[in-house]
Amino acid sequence: MGGYVVRRLLSLVPVLLVVAIVVFSIIHLTPGDPAAILLGEEANKAEIDDMKSKMGLDKPIYEQFGIWIWGVLSGNLGQSIFLHKPVTEAFFERLGPTLSLTVIAQAIGVALALLLGITAAKRRGTAIDQSVMSFSMLGISIPSFLLGSLLVMLFGVKLRCLPVAGYQPLSAGLWPHLKYLILPGIVLGVIQAALIARMTRSSILDVLSENFMKTAKAKGVKEKTIIYTHALRVSFIPILTVIGESFGGLVTGAAVIETLFNIPGVGQLIVNSISRRDYSVIQGSVLLVTVAYVFINLIVDLLYGLVDPRIRLSKK
Amino acid sequence: MAAHSETVTAPTALRRRERRQLAVSRFLANRLLTFGAVILLVVVLLAAIAPVATPYGPLQIDPVNRLKGPSWQHLFGTDNFGRDVFTRAVYGLRISVAVGFAVTAIASLIGMIVGLLSACYSVLDAIFMRICDGLFAFPSILLAISIMAALGPHPGNVVIALSIIFIPSVARIIRSKALVVRELTYIEALHAQGASSWRIIWIHMAPNALSPLIIQSTYIFAVSILTEASLSFLGAGIPSPSPSLGNMLYDGKAVIYNAWWMTVFPGSFLLLVVLGLNLFGDGLRDVLDPRASRMKGGRRRGNKTSP
Repeated sequence: MGGYVVRRLLSLVPVLLVVAIVVFSIIHLTPGDPAAILLGEEANKAEIDDMKSKMGLDKPIYEQFGIWIWGVLSGNLGQSIFLHKPVTEAFFERLGPTLSLTVIAQAIGVALALLLGITAAKRRGTAIDQSVMSFSMLGISIPSFLLGSLLVMLFGVKLRCLPVAGYQPLSAGLWPHLKYLILPGIVLGVIQAALIARMTRSSILDVLSENFMKTAKAKGVKEKTIIYTHALRVSFIPILTVIGESFGGLVTGAAVIETLFNIPGVGQLIVNSISRRDYSVIQGSVLLVTVAYVFINLIVDLLYGLVDPRIRLSKK
Repeated sequence: MAAHSETVTAPTALRRRERRQLAVSRFLANRLLTFGAVILLVVVLLAAIAPVATPYGPLQIDPVNRLKGPSWQHLFGTDNFGRDVFTRAVYGLRISVAVGFAVTAIASLIGMIVGLLSACYSVLDAIFMRICDGLFAFPSILLAISIMAALGPHPGNVVIALSIIFIPSVARIIRSKALVVRELTYIEALHAQGASSWRIIWIHMAPNALSPLIIQSTYIFAVSILTEASLSFLGAGIPSPSPSLGNMLYDGKAVIYNAWWMTVFPGSFLLLVVLGLNLFGDGLRDVLDPRASRMKGGRRRGNKTSP
């Protein structure tokens, strides 16, 4: 297992290098001079040159990359020009709401998906199965901000029992904290559930048709035990994969949902930085989120070994 | 005929039942396909007749009739500038479809070239696949947002950003299929006949490696429409005042309590086109690759038991 972990970690090096190069080149994709765009049209040449050297844009590009990557490795992602603070500080200030939202959404998503997927697989071909599949089709097709807007209408106008915008930190108490995150959490969770439920259903159906399931049935194992212990465990690998991948969807969904529900998270930070042309914040945040996403997928990969001993043995 | 009928009764009955089962399953599969196709047809028609269908222009402002609900003059109501929501939604749909189509075409073409080259040349393979892995590591909207932040909001830039997102997935699909095709006997025969590698790759391998792309492209179409809408919603896609379903929903957000029609109608257009594409894609998969779902179990079983 140890060798496997090391090999997987090493395979991340080229991936992270490409990620770093792409993130670094964002600022150089800008048509024209980023320093001039940042300062606006009234800026004179001296000011632009000054800004250029402040941003390090006057050096040759390989040197800029070297300086930038050295900074990244030592934990310095640059300075936000608009917020007047280090990018890392701005990012970690905003991380809390996004983490809370992600955890809530993922919990809702996985719980709903397993429930729906297992029920659909058990009642294959019935009306229940078909409605679960239609639900998941709708969930895959609906954009998160549309579902969010519809829920805001429903709760803001008709029910009025949950706040439809804003955020309270956890330090303000658990219920005030949760209250603001329930609606956005439901929106993201339902969309996640649509994806995961599909996968759960089909992978459980695959397992149910295997011979050892017949053996278990012939031995007189209860149906509940068959589904929840035998089938679910074997079919967990594809489900885990989807859950791992869905974290990426959650993070990107968070960018949209945080904007819609006015939650001061990382997604909102990135979106707000676009119009401010605060490139270092965009670069830094996108880099940090992507690295986190890469490592989440690594952890999911390693979990395969825990769920399925055969993988653990064969990868030795 | 009558004499034969007795002797063949059992087989024909069996065969008929089998055929009926086949027909039923085909019908079920096709139902998705036809349903999706009907939706898409409606969408394309709406987008095509947009300029003739409405008496208003998408940017035509009417300050007197601001935020009016649906009526016979304005089927979907008017927005906060008095613009006709139906007209704007139809024009937005047009842009969505155009962007989706352009992204699918560009991503498929470049992805195909990259995939075929990586399957045939190991040096290129190492380089291209590392780049694809890197691009794959980004959560897709974040990558699109970063590119849009750099390039600036413009429909052409949306197409560029989304194409960059989808090229790696197309390249991977084509590459894995091309690796299989490369080992087939007829490619070997072509080599033996002295065909140039250019000819083998582009004339003989390319058409045979394309099949998995057909199904994938409907999903790329759907996801790129969704992503374009998200980008426009965030203000990083198609800039206001040009109509786009995404930025219409953003405008609708501000007046969501007073003007539900500004959210519901553009929203249902968006849902309709993506749903149509997804249904069409699922149906297509069932029809073109009927064994896919059955094969999956077998393949996975084979993988797991191998040491």
